Amino acid sequence: MHELSITQDVVRTVVDHTDGRTVAGVRLRIGALAGIVPDAVRFCFDLATQGTTLEGAWLEIEEEPGRGRCRVCRNEFEMADLLPLCPCGSTDAEVVAGRSLMVTSVEVV
Amino acid sequence: MCDTCGCGATDVRVVDPGTGAVTHTHDGVTHTHEAGELGHAVPEPHSHDGGRTFHTHDEVPATAEAPAHSHGTTTVELELDVLGKNNALAGETRAWLAARDLVAVNLMSSPGSGKTTLLERTIRETAGRQVVVVEGDQETLLDAERIRAAGARAVQVNTGAGCHLDAEMLRTALDSLAPENGSLVMVENVGNLVCPALFDLGEQARVVVISVTEGDDKPLKYPHMFSAADLVVLNKTDLLPYVDFDVEALTAHARALRPGVRVLPVSARTGEGLDAWYTWLAELSA
Ligand SMILES: Nc1nc2c(ncn2[C@@H]2O[C@H](COP(=O)(O)OP(=O)(O)OP(=O)(O)O)[C@@H](O)[C@H]2O)c(=O)[nH]1
Ligand SMILES: [Mg+2]
Ligand SMILES: [Zn+2]
Repeated sequence: MHELSITQDVVRTVVDHTDGRTVAGVRLRIGALAGIVPDAVRFCFDLATQGTTLEGAWLEIEEEPGRGRCRVCRNEFEMADLLPLCPCGSTDAEVVAGRSLMVTSVEVV
Repeated sequence: MCDTCGCGATDVRVVDPGTGAVTHTHDGVTHTHEAGELGHAVPEPHSHDGGRTFHTHDEVPATAEAPAHSHGTTTVELELDVLGKNNALAGETRAWLAARDLVAVNLMSSPGSGKTTLLERTIRETAGRQVVVVEGDQETLLDAERIRAAGARAVQVNTGAGCHLDAEMLRTALDSLAPENGSLVMVENVGNLVCPALFDLGEQARVVVISVTEGDDKPLKYPHMFSAADLVVLNKTDLLPYVDFDVEALTAHARALRPGVRVLPVSARTGEGLDAWYTWLAELSA
């Protein structure tokens, strides 16, 4: 389960950018095509924050929908999963949104 | 959990099966134990971030009730990519490899598809170019020992609870291997069709190995892995007469996720199809 190491990376990213201040809350953006299960991140968060300046912090996850751009008709369309299927019938598309895995902001004390 | 220093679930060991020397990392801090060293057994409070935060592993802090969004806090906008550090290190590794004319290939698959068998044969049948191997497994030195027996230098990365290699592990393994310029660096990732897909190691190419006993629907079930594949090696073709496996369907499913991806049917056992594999490897350096 890579969500544990991903969550540990979240904690490290926050610790590296908050100058030792106590962190009361963390906001993440996770794309629908990022390969990360938000519930698994929530599950790992308490464990990953133990003994750090994030211990006891709340976690808020904004889910970003997936979008593809068709290489045939050039239109953009929503992608629920990594199998592209443009309304024009083409299956050749590039992912243009939905791969995010970002710490958007934190609340510090 | 690292049994040399008892330091928790994220510990990683990089072992040279030749000398027994162990290098390992805790959350980005690397240090080395000599072979046979017993290590620091007392779980003192310690820091993984240069003294910013301290913790112990023997006492579990009480999980505080998550407070409601409280007053008196300050919002700090970050907009930081969580994998940014891994990706930056992978970029450095890629440049480091290129400067030494080294080609690194990341082999990924579910457990038992035949990655080590394919590597053993590749080592025996590659002339005129040094092949070195980075072996990733949660535990044991078994695969690195098989590689050594086949005639190549190898280090074993034991990820413990970890289910994938990351850029830092490859970096540590490369430092330990010190391959000569022009070598082919074959990386056998931890057997897992999910997690390794997310982590750029700094490799030139990603190869997904799938064997005919696994079923031709695997790309659809593990789309992240297949959408990142530069090549799909279909192994164990000697078993095709005994299983219901549709090579065309596998190819169509793989290409639905990665348009145009090449599928190479091989048997690491009989050698069937391996010439195309060797040609593909040789062309990577060009
Ligand atoms: N019939 C047949 N068996 C094979 C072939 N390649 C590998 N095997 C067998 O498949 C089993 C697993 O092979 P390994 O090379 O250990 O597979 P692996 O992918 O390295 O496994 P992990 O490292 O544990 O994920 C062994 O029993 C091999 O002998 C092949 O082409 N044909
Ligand atoms: Mg193996
Ligand atoms: Zn279209």
